[in-house]
Amino acid sequence: MTLLKTTDASLSFGTRAIWDKLSFAVEKGEFIALIGANGTGKSTLLKAIIGVQGLDSGSIELEDGASISYIPQHRTEDSATPLKVKDLVRLGLDGHKPGLPLPTLAAKEKVTAALSSVQALELANESIGNLSGGEMQRVRVAQAMIGSPDLILADEPLSNLDLNQQLVVSELFEQQRKKTGAAVLFVTHDVNPIIDYVDKVLYLAPGGYRMGTTEEVMQSEVLSELYGADIDVVRNQGRIVVIGTHDHAHHPGEDWV
Amino acid sequence: MPTLFDFSDYDRLIPLVTNSLIAGALLALVGGLIGVFVITRQLAFAVHGVSELSFAGAAVFLLFGLDVVLGSIVGSITAAIIIGTLGARVQERNSLVAVLMPFGLGIGILALSLYPGRAANKFGLLTGQIVTVDDPQVTWLIAISVSVLIAIAVFWRPLVFASLDSSVAVARGVKVDLIGWLFMILLGLVVAAAVQIIGALLVLSLLVTPAAAALRLSSSQFWVPVMSIGIAMISVVGGILLALGGGLPISPYVTTISFLFYLVARILTSKRFGIIGAGGRK
Ligand SMILES: Nc1ncnc2c1ncn2[C@@H]1O[C@H](COP(=O)(O)OP(=O)(O)OP(=O)(O)O)[C@@H](O)[C@H]1O
Ligand SMILES: [Mg+2]
Repeated sequence: MTLLKTTDASLSFGTRAIWDKLSFAVEKGEFIALIGANGTGKSTLLKAIIGVQGLDSGSIELEDGASISYIPQHRTEDSATPLKVKDLVRLGLDGHKPGLPLPTLAAKEKVTAALSSVQALELANESIGNLSGGEMQRVRVAQAMIGSPDLILADEPLSNLDLNQQLVVSELFEQQRKKTGAAVLFVTHDVNPIIDYVDKVLYLAPGGYRMGTTEEVMQSEVLSELYGADIDVVRNQGRIVVIGTHDHAHHPGEDWV
Repeated sequence: MPTLFDFSDYDRLIPLVTNSLIAGALLALVGGLIGVFVITRQLAFAVHGVSELSFAGAAVFLLFGLDVVLGSIVGSITAAIIIGTLGARVQERNSLVAVLMPFGLGIGILALSLYPGRAANKFGLLTGQIVTVDDPQVTWLIAISVSVLIAIAVFWRPLVFASLDSSVAVARGVKVDLIGWLFMILLGLVVAAAVQIIGALLVLSLLVTPAAAALRLSSSQFWVPVMSIGIAMISVVGGILLALGGGLPISPYVTTISFLFYLVARILTSKRFGIIGAGGRK
């Protein structure tokens, strides 16, 4: 069943088109990788879905009553926030409800479980200003999952993580999806840590986008066409390596065979 | 020259200032509490703009023989709504406040100059009262404090969420804009109350200094508001008691006590001399 439907969404800032007639759907329980070079509008797309960024035209529809959790792209100004880790995670559980955050046993158990799942229990009483980038990312993951949302929007949740933590955190998203049926829209620059879980890839490029299975999208011809430049997609032992994407200038009228 | 501290007639004076003490304690309670959100929502400077327009409203109402507290409320809520509507981004907000502030002061001073009454009462609105708070004022202060406390308790969780983690709160369905508006109105009410006691120019010492000190000492959701209220309470009630004998305005005592708390908090948490780790702000 369709959870999120984007129809002909277009947005520009000044004369710069970010995306033009972007249409795609996210089904319940789907794991989607959102990939694209810097500045192609991945973060902006997530912001448009939660509603803090409007569209020029087109629409984004969410199934009635569906709940969303959002993991923002890591920014350093977060570090000034006067809040303890356990309280930040608790906000993900019931911060949207009225009233005081009474210290109930049930809430405490949930926060403890969420923090343990990202191996961050020992950080519970730390101020978030004192966390390292990777620790903050794991706390954000705990905060996003504790409320059992229908859709998790994660903006580069693997940034700042070492290779081992990347695999641990990726697997958490998969477990959450299996356990709660949540759909995941996962922004990343590297598909490999999540390659076994991903149902579809949504690839944004300056001149367009492509959506399909990893097999369909992560192909030399597809990406070359998308970028208008020569791109090699190499497969090795189940890993995908893309060569030649970044900083490739687009030359209009240029022919590639 | 009057003496700064004089405790000779205390047993005779205390009954006369019961009203002031009640009003001061209530104000410290709501002021210390709302101050925490003022800082986390980066509204410290905006408070100054709101209080100057509150002064203008009070002065204009005084000139026309209307209720001064009501005028104060009209002025501060107007300012709060303007700042809340037009000043969503911090930078825009700062220049907006800097534009509103002298405008409000100017209007207020004009109204006071035209007012034929005694001069001593006039400048109480700017720099605070000598300890006399009459009964109608106390009624206003109680009404304001109780409504603000109830509103903050009801909206506590979404207010914290919207203030500290805004985009995540939006995703979870929190009406962040609505909360922002509501908060500005509550702030306007508290500022109007504070202007009556410590004066428009010194409102920050009650709405910002205690919370700033508390935030240096802790990042706990429980202890920050508790400490902020405690510091505000000691500053106001202590200020009133100290001012009593000398017959001077209470505001210099209040501002000095709250400043000393901030100073101590900074020294305790400083890198070089600190004996305890800093709270949220490094
Ligand atoms: N509010 C805004 N006003 C003007 N330009 C904006 C605004 N928000 C985003 N942009 C621009 O839109 C483009 C896309 O930004 P976005 O943050 O979505 O990129 P991204 O794909 O997430 O990149 P990255 O991989 O670096 O995170 C950027 O060039 C950015 O400068
Ligand atoms: Mg981004």
